Amino acid sequence: MKLIFGLLALLVALFTASLCLGSVGITPLKALAALVGTGDRLHVMILQDIRLPRALLAAMVGASLGLSGAAMQGYLRNPLAEPGLIGVSGAAALGAVIALQTGIAALFMLALPLMALLFALVAVCLILLLAGPRGASLTLILAGIAISALAGALTSLVLNLSPNPYAASEIIFWMMGSVADRSMDHVTLALPVMALGWALLATLGRGLDALTLGEDAAQALGLSLRSLRLRLLIGTAAAVGAATAVAGAVGFVGLIVPHLLRRLTAGRPSALLWASTLGGAAMVLAADITVRLVLPTRDLKLGVVMALIGAPLFLHLIFKTRKELP
Amino acid sequence: MTLLHLTDLTVTRGQCPVVDHVSLDIAAGECVGLIGPNGAGKTTLMRAALGLLPHTGTSSLAQLPPRARAAQAAWLPQSREIAWPVTVESVVALGRLPHLARGSRLRPQDQAAVDAALERMGLAAYRHRLATELSGGEQARVLIARTLAQGTPLLMADEPIAGLDPAAQISTLQVFADLAGEGHAVLTSLHDLSLAARYCTRLILLHRGRLHADGAPTDVLTPETLAEVFHLRARVHLTEDGPLFQPLGVLS
Repeated sequence: MKLIFGLLALLVALFTASLCLGSVGITPLKALAALVGTGDRLHVMILQDIRLPRALLAAMVGASLGLSGAAMQGYLRNPLAEPGLIGVSGAAALGAVIALQTGIAALFMLALPLMALLFALVAVCLILLLAGPRGASLTLILAGIAISALAGALTSLVLNLSPNPYAASEIIFWMMGSVADRSMDHVTLALPVMALGWALLATLGRGLDALTLGEDAAQALGLSLRSLRLRLLIGTAAAVGAATAVAGAVGFVGLIVPHLLRRLTAGRPSALLWASTLGGAAMVLAADITVRLVLPTRDLKLGVVMALIGAPLFLHLIFKTRKELP
Repeated sequence: MTLLHLTDLTVTRGQCPVVDHVSLDIAAGECVGLIGPNGAGKTTLMRAALGLLPHTGTSSLAQLPPRARAAQAAWLPQSREIAWPVTVESVVALGRLPHLARGSRLRPQDQAAVDAALERMGLAAYRHRLATELSGGEQARVLIARTLAQGTPLLMADEPIAGLDPAAQISTLQVFADLAGEGHAVLTSLHDLSLAARYCTRLILLHRGRLHADGAPTDVLTPETLAEVFHLRARVHLTEDGPLFQPLGVLS
């Protein structure tokens, strides 16, 4: 209970900070007034069309990555699992890169995220085909690795064949991940898909708890592994596919957040699901605020900052684990 | 009352039958020991009976939907897995999952079942310890307590006493015998034939996937059977403490 209120308070504080910070100085009170449409018209525009979608997307992307990371770790019973493992984020990135390369992205505003979502859908269908209905967790991982590798290779190929350095650098910058300069249209495109993913992943708690005892014992406790795996795959694909489609590749969130919160949720995978949802949202909001505070003029990318935060945190976890070993 | 009914249960791996046309019934009040050398098909038989493996023939449990089966039979697999650092009490409470509606918390009767299971396995003092920080034998007892908390008519356990100290082995089998006395049924695979002879009301001997012998311990553990199946020279003494099994040597 304490944890839920703590995380919610943190989330609200970071969300408010995200709305109040930016290149145009607006005091918090004025910002909140502008958010509901009163006050300076320029301020209203900045808040409603620039800062609100940015903060919303950061929170949504973080929640999706945190939740699917916790679900994936719970299913595989491995603290090193992360949502990228099933190859959906790689495939979504490939779709986006192809959209940029071919110029489809310039046709209309949502062309790029739609292409990314389409590729994510293809990837999840491929995984379901490859892993099979009775597929064990090992086949799922292998199928995910195969699809990630293929998507990565094809992304490199597209970069390799890109006609000019500008196209290549546009692609590279997109792949670094960002929630800057997005509109409410991005929010309305991603939200329903993500919500579907969240709804599916939220049903996994009980099954993931049972899986603490291994697949055999969990099945004997009345769990249908098949249905669990299907909900996990489609839920993760929807949440992570939509996140990658609107924000590019943002790593580490799905890996680090469940790690940080595991002890605080007493190790229970079901409690970790919602905690990681809130924690992931808070972490990406914080990273996106950092992006704006550290180098406001240089368009620092969210994915870069996330990796810079993530890697040392991970090192810290390694040392902590080493200390616990005899 | 029959709690498990198997008819011609067969499991094949490739062409080779691992469990070959096994038929048996287990009734309430029985503590059944499933014995046989390594590779005889003990684990496979129990997993198939639960419906965890593709099989031919019928098993009364495998025909039930998952939730109903979980209310009927508890299963202790051989591999002892506790994936996350959770407390002993919450591991044991997982046994109550089949009885809880989705998302609901433990009711008083669930908490009572958890407490009783902890008490029975002598784990009450460990309740708030992290299960992953206990020794292997202690973890095994925690997992046995989890199956007890499930409160099912039938308990199936795969080598539950492997790796336990002698006192824990005996008290675990005593718990199983008590459960049978209270009207539950237990089916447990065992390698320790002396304990099997003392604590089981009935032994089922598997040999190369087939049901080789089925009956009271003294009827199953005959010198001829022991020689043929286990390659053991052994004797069963009838004493006032029950049958005592004494292996004497290995037959070449």
